[in-house]
Amino acid sequence: MSPTGIEIYKFLPRTNCGECGVPTCLAFAMSLAGGRAELSACPYVSEEAKQKLEEASAPPVRTVSIGTGDYSFKTGGETVMHRHEKRFEHQPGIALLISDSLSETEQDAKLAAFTRFQYKRVGAILKPDMLALRADSGSGEKYLKLVKLAAGKCPASLMLMCADTAVLDESLKICAERKPLLYAATAENSSEMAELAKKYNCPLVAKAANLADLADLSVKLQSLGIKDIVLDSSAENLKQALSDNVAIRRSAILKKFRPMGFPVINFPGQMTQDPMKESLFAGILTAKYAGILVLSDFSGETLFPLLVTRMNLYTDPQRPLATTEGIYEINNPDANSPVILTCNFSLTYFIVSGEMENSRVPCYLMIKDTEGLSVMTAWAAGKFGADTIGKFVKNSGIAAKINHRKLIIPGYASMESGGLEEELSGWEIMVGPREAAHIPAYLKQFKP
Amino acid sequence: MAFEIPKINYNGRIKEITLGEGPKAVTVGGETSMPFYLFEGEMPRKPKIAMEIQDTPPEDWPEDVLKPFGDAVNNPVSWAKKCVDTYGAELICLQLESTDPNGLDRSAEESAKIVREVADAVDVPLIVWGTANHEKDTEVLRKASEACPDKKLILGPVEEGDYKKIAAQAMAYKHTIIASSPIDINLAKQLNILLGNLGVPAEGLIMDPTVSSIGYGIEYSYSVIERIRLAALTQQDERLQYPLICNIGREAWKTKEAKIPEAESPEMGNTEKRAIMIEAMSAAILLIAGADILVIRHPESMRLAGELIDELS
Ligand code: B12
Ligand code: SF4
Repeated sequence: MSPTGIEIYKFLPRTNCGECGVPTCLAFAMSLAGGRAELSACPYVSEEAKQKLEEASAPPVRTVSIGTGDYSFKTGGETVMHRHEKRFEHQPGIALLISDSLSETEQDAKLAAFTRFQYKRVGAILKPDMLALRADSGSGEKYLKLVKLAAGKCPASLMLMCADTAVLDESLKICAERKPLLYAATAENSSEMAELAKKYNCPLVAKAANLADLADLSVKLQSLGIKDIVLDSSAENLKQALSDNVAIRRSAILKKFRPMGFPVINFPGQMTQDPMKESLFAGILTAKYAGILVLSDFSGETLFPLLVTRMNLYTDPQRPLATTEGIYEINNPDANSPVILTCNFSLTYFIVSGEMENSRVPCYLMIKDTEGLSVMTAWAAGKFGADTIGKFVKNSGIAAKINHRKLIIPGYASMESGGLEEELSGWEIMVGPREAAHIPAYLKQFKP
Repeated sequence: MAFEIPKINYNGRIKEITLGEGPKAVTVGGETSMPFYLFEGEMPRKPKIAMEIQDTPPEDWPEDVLKPFGDAVNNPVSWAKKCVDTYGAELICLQLESTDPNGLDRSAEESAKIVREVADAVDVPLIVWGTANHEKDTEVLRKASEACPDKKLILGPVEEGDYKKIAAQAMAYKHTIIASSPIDINLAKQLNILLGNLGVPAEGLIMDPTVSSIGYGIEYSYSVIERIRLAALTQQDERLQYPLICNIGREAWKTKEAKIPEAESPEMGNTEKRAIMIEAMSAAILLIAGADILVIRHPESMRLAGELIDELS
């Protein structure tokens, strides 16, 4: 939550000496609020004021970083209750649970599953983030073996779930540099757990049976010097998890209640035995404020829909992703290659270009600027009509690259084909299929 | 320390609307809080699921979603019965695919006959969905209205471009209207106002905010539904206090990912289950945004969404 200029001004020396480059402290405060200046430009702010300002500008939900390297992720940092108010900041980390009481073969299978399930979609890689290694066997030896196995074989972020602090200490000797998340501090062990978290500089989960106890525990951990906390309210069913997550998020954002100003961890895998339902629960909790989701198992059919949902809900609603207007060459086209037209909504671009690549047919993709709107949306908004498309095609320079004069337009834009034939004299307008999935078959029968 | 959930002050309530007639009539709406926020409000009626059928054998439905219905898909009457008798559907949504002027272009008269037959064959509420072609829907939905004066159908989509004629006649026969607008809170409100001015009674209306599937723009639908609900509940915006229907089945099953064979992309898992998950996950996200009625194709997604609703209530 950024403080306003006036709020910042209160912390400045108010001497108007001008050394920061602007004539007054107030002007400097305004620049700071607008992100046009750095606090360090004023040599006279006190340490105390600096700290207070930092606190005031921290988001109401603290951002916690977990892990290192490719699989590291941030959670928290949230500032709103609903994504349309601004946006959701850090998508929940998705973790796979592995118990130390599984056989080594089973553990291996889970590790393999973790790295196997990755998806390329609209220019991004969708993948899970973390392994949750849980001590169930009661044997420290078995647990350490699992930690070694997982840390050695898999670059994932790690969560160490072990109540025995001596064993946890030993595990941290194996993997502390990976900055694992420690699970969990409770009212009973908070001092020892805090000690370990500080010793190895790791984030720590606070777990209590209800929200009141959780707030107490959070205060206690902060007083022990722990800053990076993740909250576990011990919700055992979806209904409770929804209610707890809403309560925690509202306390942080609407009430600025610092003890609850941390990301939340949920365990949908413990709320149902059915893997399909587990994924749906995780989807609901993705919408409703989870910071980390621990799943009991991964399968392609349940993980893929969840990862896509997570990506969708965490896109920035104020900025439809758009691709630059222009001619894109796909599969090395030549003068006889087909020419396909579409809009510049990134989702559309990735779907259509993906299908064109899949077809292996060399071709040109013409992306018209539609201000990031999809084919039908752009058409309905008057940004994908024959007049503007005609102009775009004429000015694009595509005519110089090809011998034929055929333009393939999206099936959903068929109503513009007549208008386009008029705008683009000498061109043949061909109406393509409606769904991009049918592009490869369509291209294969194209003749220049 | 003592801890209390910070509560939101809701001062609005979603209208309770009864769909259909007789012992199997279904009532939706009545919420006084955001969906499933039962710690601070009520949801006296659980969201309901309608099973989708078509008036003509589907050409573009993947095999996986045709399978559960077998030969029944060749006849809308048997299909509707199968949904109700075998799968326990509480509502049926009949899509009048065959009336599409760019497709079979079946006449309004012929279509009305099918609507009547289906309405006679099942005792659950019947939703009748046109092709969103304004001229054709005007004819088709008017004829359907006329053919079922005793049935209390639910008719849509009624859009700004065709509401006058469709709504006037639907009203005369006491059918329920689905006010449909493209993912925009102001357009939704405006259409409801127009329908109100025309004389459509408050108890004769539900809203379709337009939806898309996960991976294909569901975030837009999610946010517009949340905004509609917040305006209805916290700003007492009466014109938005209607139950919401989400026609999600067709959006989910037309996605490419619902069809990719497992052999081609093993990391995407079992095709049938994945497709069901795409439909069920889309449904889940719409439910938590504020959907009151979902139109779904596959019995298994219907089961999953139904259990999810139970779990949350
Ligand atoms: C999300 C959405 C929006 C979002 C915008 C999303 C975006 N960035 O475009 C918002 C909420 C902003 C929006 C606004 C509007 N929308 Co809108 N929107 C949708 C929605 C739900 C999904 C669109 C989408 O993202 N599709 C996914 C993309 C990938 O699809 P696509 O671009 O069409 O690409 C596919 C195919 O076309 C094909 N393809 C693409 N290119 C090519 C090229 C070739 C050669 C081939 C063969 C195939 C091909 O491949 C893709 C996958 O198969 C649809 C309804 C629906 N369920 O489809 C309505 C819809 C498109 N919107 C509609 C309308 C009317 C509007 C508004 C004009 C409403 C208004 N009056 O304000 C506004 C206009 C916005 C503006 N700025 O003025 C109508 C259009 C009706 C029509 N045909 O006239 C629709 C159909 C809803 C409806 N049923 O009424 N909308
Ligand atoms: S340098 Fe500091 S004290 Fe001097 S005007 Fe700028 S803000 Fe004020």
